[in-house]
Amino acid sequence: MISPSAYPWAEGETLGQHLDERGIPRRDFLEYCGKMAVILGIGSAAAPRVAKALESVKRPSVVWLQLQECTGCVESVLRTENPSIGDLLLDVISLDYNHTLMAGAGKAVEKAKTDAMAANKGKYLLVVSGSIPTKENDIYTMIGGKTARMQLEEAAEGCAAIIALGACAHWGGVQGARPNPTGAVGVRDIIKNKPILVVAGCPPIGDTVTATVVHFLTFGALPEMDREGRPLFAYGERIHDQCQRRAHFDAGQFVETFDDKGAREGWCLYQVGCKGPATFSPCPIFKWNTRTSWPIEAGHPCIGCTEPYFWDTMTPFYGRLPDVAGFGIEKRVDTIGASLAIGAAAGVAAHATMTVLHQMKRRKATRQVPEATEDEGANNG
Amino acid sequence: MAKTKLVVDPITRIEGHLRIEAQSENGKISQAWASATQFRGIELVLQGRDPRDAWAFTQRICGVCTTVHAIASVRAVEDALNIRIPPNANTIRNLVHGMQYIQDHVIHFYHLHALDWVDVVSALSADPAKAAAIGKSISPWPNNDEAHLRAVQLRVKKFVGSGQLGIFAGGYWGHPAYKLPPEVNLLAVSHYLEALDWQRDVIRLHAIFGGKNPHPNFLVGGMASAINLSQATTFNAERIADINGMIKRAREFVEQVYWPDLVAIAGFYKDWGAIGGGVPNFLACGEFPESDVRDLKSLYFPRGIILNKDLSHVVEYDQKKVKEYIHSSWYDYGKGAEEGLHPYEGETTPHYTGPKAPWTGYLQDEKKYSWMKSPRYEDKSMQVGPLARMLVAYASGHKDAKELIGEALKKLNVGPEVLFSTLGRTAARGVETVLLARKMEGWMGDLTGRIKNGDTATFTKDKWEPSSWPKKAEGYGYLDAPRGALGHWVQIEDEKIARYQAVVPSTWNASPRDARGQPGAYEAALADNHPLVDPEKPLEILRTIHSFDPCLACGVHVLDAEGNELSSVEVNT
Repeated sequence: MISPSAYPWAEGETLGQHLDERGIPRRDFLEYCGKMAVILGIGSAAAPRVAKALESVKRPSVVWLQLQECTGCVESVLRTENPSIGDLLLDVISLDYNHTLMAGAGKAVEKAKTDAMAANKGKYLLVVSGSIPTKENDIYTMIGGKTARMQLEEAAEGCAAIIALGACAHWGGVQGARPNPTGAVGVRDIIKNKPILVVAGCPPIGDTVTATVVHFLTFGALPEMDREGRPLFAYGERIHDQCQRRAHFDAGQFVETFDDKGAREGWCLYQVGCKGPATFSPCPIFKWNTRTSWPIEAGHPCIGCTEPYFWDTMTPFYGRLPDVAGFGIEKRVDTIGASLAIGAAAGVAAHATMTVLHQMKRRKATRQVPEATEDEGANNG
Repeated sequence: MAKTKLVVDPITRIEGHLRIEAQSENGKISQAWASATQFRGIELVLQGRDPRDAWAFTQRICGVCTTVHAIASVRAVEDALNIRIPPNANTIRNLVHGMQYIQDHVIHFYHLHALDWVDVVSALSADPAKAAAIGKSISPWPNNDEAHLRAVQLRVKKFVGSGQLGIFAGGYWGHPAYKLPPEVNLLAVSHYLEALDWQRDVIRLHAIFGGKNPHPNFLVGGMASAINLSQATTFNAERIADINGMIKRAREFVEQVYWPDLVAIAGFYKDWGAIGGGVPNFLACGEFPESDVRDLKSLYFPRGIILNKDLSHVVEYDQKKVKEYIHSSWYDYGKGAEEGLHPYEGETTPHYTGPKAPWTGYLQDEKKYSWMKSPRYEDKSMQVGPLARMLVAYASGHKDAKELIGEALKKLNVGPEVLFSTLGRTAARGVETVLLARKMEGWMGDLTGRIKNGDTATFTKDKWEPSSWPKKAEGYGYLDAPRGALGHWVQIEDEKIARYQAVVPSTWNASPRDARGQPGAYEAALADNHPLVDPEKPLEILRTIHSFDPCLACGVHVLDAEGNELSSVEVNT
């Protein structure tokens, strides 16, 4: 990502000038933009548009808040795959605040943050990982003497848009699982007046974040999203529909228990609890860790971590999705996913149920580019 | 000079939320307080759930030390249900955990700790030719050459010149405590950047066995990644070749970059071998079983305790002697705040009594000041982590550890007494990383050797079905994680988790004062012959705190044994 380069970003320099100085052939750059355009789901024909946007940008300020969390999302972004052009992508950003990597501490970094927010008012991108604890006057997470809620509200006020990164910022995450001891909630439960994009997962794949940022820089807006606020380029497909083990599902070949004959033949993990039929995630397409593998490929059932409230709706993890007679018919799998949500509705909910049902319906919904995600997200209705 | 009170909040380049307060006089710290300022309550979330799911929940205690809570959890459940996992699964867990150590320690050294010792701005005035000469003198690493270092320097120059300093804004550049020559600073900056690329590569081992990193998948009873040499989608020769490459590159980087850098940089900071020692007791629960986790003799990193820095004697560790106190922590105990409780009797009723937010004063003026409890072993404070492990190994006559520690001490021309310090903690982390980087190949050989002999089993299914479990069971899972000794205690009733408790490395190290007034390891280290030149630029505090590699999300946990609602909390005004 930040591999040594003789050509760092200079003040006032645009990406186009920067590439020239770096000696990157225009052809390579356009090819890269084409790939990025495909990842973003806007088609390779949009490559010149991506290129034009990237060439003209200067390094925008990114402020990254880490609230009630485990730092797994930062670690995941550190694993982002980067071809030679990838280091430019991070050069494109000026990461003005991030706990895990900042050189200074205490007052010095809090000042760096407020300086960056003031200098880039209305323009900076706010990344939030971690939830916001709301019980007992918000006292369960304090940073620099302020509550997580205060930190979030201050940083959100002048930002252009928010990326809610990971399950905790999405809906509360693991500490928000039943009985949610600290009253943990997601960003959209606190901030109502800013565009919020959710990069879902526990943690999400780092590459999804990179691509989202490119989209933001290229088009000056967040990518089009599903009802959960998740970008469609990453979360528009269900794991089950893209799974490399799908043929075995259709053929009725199932792993009955771990390390059995079926497991050694790479058969379908549905019977040992796979939540792929109810989960929208780019795992089978982007894969993990420089496209090395992903959970189902490595033999473990999907735990559904990109779905809201998955710690309650998808558990027990090794329990089968509600049984229906026969397998291998698309319609029935849809029913499985929907029943799961309905079956788990106790406690959490209508919210999750509606989400899954909505996702089942939205498969062929017309796509539209939202200007802002409000509240529950009014897109793709 | 008058006493100065100071606050450093947030402490950055750590996992989680930590606040350090201190008092300084005449350039020295006289007292310090460590406050954990985040509380999540994950153990409470675990109650009533399927124990086979627990690893996934506990893994999310921390995303930096990902894998460690998952392995401790499956070990606790396997202990409770008396499950013996196949040798292949044990070896795979060692490989996964071993690579976690290696990657995590290197990231810690370069990305979390180095900027305490390395002045990035000073690297701008280095002579790249001289830097290359120094680099070549300490290592055969090919990128220690003039052209590469010149390119790095130019890049940093332009970066600084752009005025957009990003993560380097607010650093304490030019602080008088920085002692490295510009050329060594340049080498370190170059390796900081290289390590970012390296870590992404070697950790792919987790994706092969666990599907992803962070938070790879585990399984009670073994591992889910099946082995079949004749299948394209399982663990096969293509995967073996990929892993062998990662292990090779991991070892090369550790031996040719991390270790030589560590020894070279330590040479300029020998005075830190007499600073920040603190608590003189060290606890290691042991790690990397060569056979079954119950066979303590087979642990590559041995178990034991060192008391009062006495390396002539290793005391036996018994988990029954661990107790947690809440004298200075925002909790209540049924028996009163001065009692200690063993984890099997653990209670957590949060009761915040600190000032109302935002905090404008000092928590040091309060009796209670942290969400961290205070674990004590036979009522003594302990240090855990790489230094504890390497001291126990050294004192136990561990051949590999003794050799490497001896080599480092000789190169620096110092005695073993310098190990009890801030520098010692940082050096010990490097020592164990080298040991593991050399060990991985052997574990891979064990795995492929067994496969060659026809043993491809990775999972024991006997006790998978809950109907095969006893009505009641309890188990202890230990694991010496990169940051130190970790224990998970689980009690299972009627196929569900009745009670779950974890005592983790950063609870030991970051604990506040106990009922006897004994400080935790961070607090004691900061008050041990510890300089602080300028309270406005607390660089020295960061050195000592980072030498422990804090992980605060791990440290703060809660268990309510009865599954009660958390008590209501009154906030004092």
